[in-house]
Amino acid sequence: MYRYDSYDHALVAERVAQFRDQTRRYLAGELTDDEFRPLRLQNGLYIQRHAPMLRVAVPYGLLSSRQLRMLAHIARKHDRGYGHFTTRQNIQYNWPRLEETPDILALLAEVEMHAIQTSGNCIRNITTDHFAGVAADEIIDPRPLAEILRQWSTFHPEFAYLPRKFKIALNGAEADRAAVLLHDIGLHVIRNASGETGLRVIVGGGMGRTPIVGHVIREFLPWRHMLTYCEAILRVYNRYGRRDNIYKARIKILVKALGIEEFARQVEAEWEIARKDSPAIITQEEFDRVAAHFEPQAYESLPEMDASYVQSLADSRSFSRWAERNVHPHRRAGYASVTLSLKKTGVPPGDATDAQMDFVADLADRYSFGELRVSHEQNLILADVRKRDLFALWQAAKSQGLATPNVGLLTNIVCCPGGDFCSLANAKSIPIAEAIQRRFDDLDYLHDIGELDLNISGCMNSCGHHHIGHIGILGVDKQGAEFYQVSIGGRQGNQAALGQVIGPSFAASDMPDVVAKLIDTYIGERHEDELFVDTVQRIGVAPFKAGVYGNAKEVAHA
Amino acid sequence: MPERVIRGRRVENDVWQAIGQPHGDATQPLPQGPVLVPLAYWREHRDLLAARRQPIGVWLAPADDPAAIADDLGRFSVVAIHFPKFTDGRGYSTAALLRTRYGYRGELRAFGDVGRDQLFYLARCGFDSFKLAPHHDPEAALASFTDFSVRYQGSVDDPVPLFRKRAVAGRIAR
Ligand code: SF4
Repeated sequence: MYRYDSYDHALVAERVAQFRDQTRRYLAGELTDDEFRPLRLQNGLYIQRHAPMLRVAVPYGLLSSRQLRMLAHIARKHDRGYGHFTTRQNIQYNWPRLEETPDILALLAEVEMHAIQTSGNCIRNITTDHFAGVAADEIIDPRPLAEILRQWSTFHPEFAYLPRKFKIALNGAEADRAAVLLHDIGLHVIRNASGETGLRVIVGGGMGRTPIVGHVIREFLPWRHMLTYCEAILRVYNRYGRRDNIYKARIKILVKALGIEEFARQVEAEWEIARKDSPAIITQEEFDRVAAHFEPQAYESLPEMDASYVQSLADSRSFSRWAERNVHPHRRAGYASVTLSLKKTGVPPGDATDAQMDFVADLADRYSFGELRVSHEQNLILADVRKRDLFALWQAAKSQGLATPNVGLLTNIVCCPGGDFCSLANAKSIPIAEAIQRRFDDLDYLHDIGELDLNISGCMNSCGHHHIGHIGILGVDKQGAEFYQVSIGGRQGNQAALGQVIGPSFAASDMPDVVAKLIDTYIGERHEDELFVDTVQRIGVAPFKAGVYGNAKEVAHA
Repeated sequence: MPERVIRGRRVENDVWQAIGQPHGDATQPLPQGPVLVPLAYWREHRDLLAARRQPIGVWLAPADDPAAIADDLGRFSVVAIHFPKFTDGRGYSTAALLRTRYGYRGELRAFGDVGRDQLFYLARCGFDSFKLAPHHDPEAALASFTDFSVRYQGSVDDPVPLFRKRAVAGRIAR
């Protein structure tokens, strides 16, 4: 993984000193609340229901065991013994004290981490495929370009006060596992007819209040121009994005207002002038320098199949069930990637205790070259495990509640912190997730239902990505009471689509029944091997509506 | 007491008076001495302003397009950019365009809701003159210009990104 040199170290240390001084001036009354807010936000610090919330950047989701141990230490020393992994591959602490945050940032700096630009109206943490570097369908490893983007976007002086937050995702494989269609900028690595590597540039996608699938603004951008082109997009957005209404300030609204052709024309015109002889054109030397940090691990040469693994699969039904869901193919023979689930029923999705973090750090050291990844589905991934170690790893993970065999299944719920923690929430989300998980605790049934993404957000900000859940649940406020709106048919990936709302919203206590009725309709209607979301696409929303609300006529009057 | 301004990393008395929103009434006769006029005023009264034989400056609001003064830049002693709120970042792009695309070399001033925590970025985008909001102490603010010794990306102050310097340093080390 990328290791800091003296420049990176100096920059992060200077940031800690700067923020320490800003916090001191705020506490001394020299900075007003309004002045301090954007400064603390650009260091990931929100003021939440109970205490400040601190979001720490995990660049493109990659962590070393040493970094994870530090995150565990911070959870123990400065929080209540846990952290929450987010859908943008970061980690959040819910209980730090404002006065202590400069010290937390100093601890993070010791392990080459920070909280820079994890919030605020600036360019946020770059996200990518959690199988980067090991996926079989990869064109190039996206992490070197992601790191180059990270450095370019860090403290970019022109783009620190944008109209609104700005999220960039980068995908290096055929299959999109970074949701490039749903970001302010999505970059999808492609090869053109002459075999050159470049980027398909997508702009103006996003979730939130106005969910939109992004538009392709450029089919093929030579990778060396990644920064000059992003700069052109950002400059047009910074100058012309709306600033009068925060709900209309994202780039997607500008793209919609101008139309993609006109927006593209402006960007191309800006780029045409700005790119000439630009020193920001990426050099091969720089690419190679960064790429050297992401060399393949020192793999052993192993046979594709391991006899002891095959035997264990045959011997243990619970092991094979876990392997079926939580073990993923790897491009090297004899290796696999493993998802350690943070979705055990009764635990808020994405939460990990300090002890679990320490434990996972040990597992990473023992089984996966001391590295791990955070997935946008809020799980942890060991990317490089020998197949012959899988059984031992499974037993160890089980002992810590990290082996729930539900990746891709209904109970692998993606869920934001919601009303229990977040001051923006309309409704709680964690108890809904738990009630649904309890309802679907029969593993055989769960496996029979098959792959299903269920996402829950506590408000329109959509941190739980409910728009792209096969089933999406959104907390809404109805005269001060918490209600839930349900949509179906959303999906992520190359065919990303936004879900359709099925009808009037429900009380919290109805939610397990509502999901059960959606599943019953699916089971009744599905063709063999058809996924829930494919059935929705084939037969439409109406039968599901009828299944949930009863008679279709009544729905019309509801 | 005269108003203070940071110029060339020093605090000085400010000799400029801004007229028009937000600091005055454009319908009144101009005061004596150097004045900063809004873009619309410049467009309407450029001959009158030239006849005054006093240093003249123009100030731009966030939505003003710097292209509108591209041909007149030689006539201004100061171009100022107004920040009604420090969170409105349009002025950073305006400044960068003035310096790079339109080649403006004279004094480029930030004024309005400007505080010390913006100085580092403002200076990088080409500002060299800063009139802080009244409750900010300009002397204390000078320290913020050196908040960072490392800059990853190029900008107006130094267009060469760090990666090109790393490459040079690496070659020297080898
Ligand atoms: S979706 Fe809303 S409730 Fe949930 S974390 Fe985001 S802002 Fe908070």
